[in-house]
Amino acid sequence: MTEARLFVLQRLTAVLLAVMVMVHIIVIVYASGGGLSAAEILGRTRGNFGWALFYQTFVIAAAIHAPIGLRNVLIEWTRLSRQFIDIAMLLFAGLLLFLGSRAVVAVFVGYMS
Amino acid sequence: MSDGQLQVHVWRGGEKGALKTYSVSARDNQTVLDVVTEIQQRIDPTLSYRFACRVGVCGSCAMTVNGRPRWTCRTHVTRVAINSELTIEPLRNLPHIKDLITDMAPFFEKWQRAGGVFEGTATRHDPPASVTHEDRQRRNADAGIECINCAVCYSACDVAGWNKDYLGPAALNRAWTLLNDCRHGDHRGLLAVVSAAGGCSSCHTQGRCTEACPVELSPTRSIAGLKRATLLNTLGLATDKVAS
Ligand code: SF4
Ligand code: SF4
Ligand code: FES
Repeated sequence: MTEARLFVLQRLTAVLLAVMVMVHIIVIVYASGGGLSAAEILGRTRGNFGWALFYQTFVIAAAIHAPIGLRNVLIEWTRLSRQFIDIAMLLFAGLLLFLGSRAVVAVFVGYMS
Repeated sequence: MSDGQLQVHVWRGGEKGALKTYSVSARDNQTVLDVVTEIQQRIDPTLSYRFACRVGVCGSCAMTVNGRPRWTCRTHVTRVAINSELTIEPLRNLPHIKDLITDMAPFFEKWQRAGGVFEGTATRHDPPASVTHEDRQRRNADAGIECINCAVCYSACDVAGWNKDYLGPAALNRAWTLLNDCRHGDHRGLLAVVSAAGGCSSCHTQGRCTEACPVELSPTRSIAGLKRATLLNTLGLATDKVAS
């Protein structure tokens, strides 16, 4: 992955996230302001492909965007080697993708722990 | 101020050293470079510093004055002294050799690394290229071309201090002028270099370089242009004129 591609990916995911975070927040305010309980919210998201797709895209965008930004911070603020930082950020991206996808599945399947 | 004294704290030593205080008469129309010269000529001839033109052309006299990088030959003491005190140190982000002298080699090496060397394609038998001021690329190049290589911007840039690979504002500004030069032979190669690690994508676009540049160039704007060119080129949207 070249530096230019990382740069472009980060900008493109930023555009996506800017819109998606807005939608996410508006829905939260709307749902909680309307007095919906967690069970009621899960009732609406369960089996809903639209929301699953929305949040899975959100998760992928975040898993790309955040590690690239953190990588820049680590390059500037620490003396860690590039190679170490790159591997750590790949793992971090994997972690975000795993945790995020797990949450999407939970909301889609709709179980409460 | 003309009858008073200035307390001038000057960095003495190399990487390790200390500030030493000198008392110099305050005069009308006195530049920071005049003060340094007076100390060297009247008080301590072992003080080392650089200058050449004394009129803001050569770019050799830059120092850190009261915490900010400045061209000292065009900086009037009255504009920068605080309570008749001046602190004069070498430029930040470059190795310190002695007193006010920095090693400029890393700065110029990055200039080279950023591909700042013109490569012509025409021969003496070709007609001269037609370059008009209506051309947007030419206006882009003109806006950044008057750089005097003083390294004031490089010294002001935090990213240059944090990331040793970062090419820095002056070298990238130069690359931008060349990318906009229709006579240059290797636009693609140039773009590849400035888009690589340590290139334009490391810039935070917060404009410390632009604020500091004594000849009022905007490296920040030039770097933003390089970022745009990188974006379009990586997405495969760049035309032949990669910079436009
Ligand atoms: S705008 Fe970019 S080049 Fe200029 S000081 Fe900030 S980081 Fe450095
Ligand atoms: S861009 Fe401005 S501050 Fe930077 S080296 Fe050129 S003239 Fe000096
Ligand atoms: S001495 Fe030449 S620019 Fe200051």
